[in-house]
Amino acid sequence: MLLLLLGIIVLHVAVLVLLFVSTIVSQWLIVNGRTADLWQNCSTLGISSSFQCVTSSTNEWLQSVQAMMILSIIFSVLSLFLFFCQLFTLTKGGRFYITGIFQILAGLCVMSGAAIFTVRHTDWQPTTSDTSFGFAYILAWVAFPLAVISGVIYVILRKRE
Amino acid sequence: SGDNGPVSGPSPCLRLPAVLAPTLAIHVYTHREVHGTVGSQVTLACSFWSSEWISEDVSITWLFQPESGKDTISIFHFVKGQPYVDEVGAFKNRMEWVGDPHRKDGSIIIRNLDYTDNGTFTCDVKNPPDIGGKSSQVTLYVFEKVPIRYGVVLGAVIAGVLGLVILVVVIGYLIRYCWLRRQATLQRQLSAMEKGKLQRSAKDSSKRGRQPPVLYAMLDHSRSTKSASEKKSKGGLGESRKDKK
Repeated sequence: MLLLLLGIIVLHVAVLVLLFVSTIVSQWLIVNGRTADLWQNCSTLGISSSFQCVTSSTNEWLQSVQAMMILSIIFSVLSLFLFFCQLFTLTKGGRFYITGIFQILAGLCVMSGAAIFTVRHTDWQPTTSDTSFGFAYILAWVAFPLAVISGVIYVILRKRE
Repeated sequence: SGDNGPVSGPSPCLRLPAVLAPTLAIHVYTHREVHGTVGSQVTLACSFWSSEWISEDVSITWLFQPESGKDTISIFHFVKGQPYVDEVGAFKNRMEWVGDPHRKDGSIIIRNLDYTDNGTFTCDVKNPPDIGGKSSQVTLYVFEKVPIRYGVVLGAVIAGVLGLVILVVVIGYLIRYCWLRRQATLQRQLSAMEKGKLQRSAKDSSKRGRQPPVLYAMLDHSRSTKSASEKKSKGGLGESRKDKK
């Protein structure tokens, strides 16, 4: 039982870390040496390789992607907090419904954020043949199934001991 | 550019300068930029501060330099208590004087904006003997539609989704709480009825022949749901029948 609990918590924390890194690091797109989105577009200029960053576009779709990523973090943190609350207050045999629902919501938010970004990123970033997706974008897509799995585990898990 | 001071809102209210040193110069304040949509009107606010009393000789002048030109033309002049609005130029019939020199306000309104109104407007105030000092400039941008400020969409999406989720959770808990209370009162009523029935069954049982099966069925139903709800007192939102097995 303790091993199971530890495993579930490790999974939840891993999802949280993925969400944080994906949201904070501004490397969703890589356009020939420049990194762009969600918050900053940075480029290394010249031979002296000085780093210069400007704020990303104020496009509404980019703002909605930012909002979805922030919401996913909020829901995942709330879910972790509610898990510990329910761990100590739930009766034996009870299920962690509310924890699971919030974690699944977090997964859905990441998915919708990444999906909106995939479809709409051409609105504010002109695509060249050099455009490729950065690692923060990939982390977002990795976080989505992990969050959903974690949420489903909470929903079917029963409290013992 | 001019002395763009603490005028921060669209209303032509007076804002006193941060430094109230008695310099012998006049201070003029306008917005830095003003945004407007095509066809609508915009208020070009101008306020000033003078160390002298506002006399009848105070003069206010508005100048305009189009975005695509180098010439600065005069479009408005206020002198000796009389406003003189441009009657022949580009702002004919579109400009209105809404200022009050005694309130230190020299604002004008321009109606029916067009793309040719893009440019820099200069507000110049002279209050003899206080005539030195910088005038102030405001740049007018005319858009097809007003661009939404950054962060409005972000905040709206976050607030909307969070509000919706919290509402659903609160409603779910309320429904569950009411449902549990109803079950408890129903249980109490049924056990009271059962007690009364047992007492009266000795006296008369033939008349109530039809009712006992119904009561027993309801009692069984409420008992099973009560035990299920005891199992998951805080764990869910009402799908309790499944986890009896």
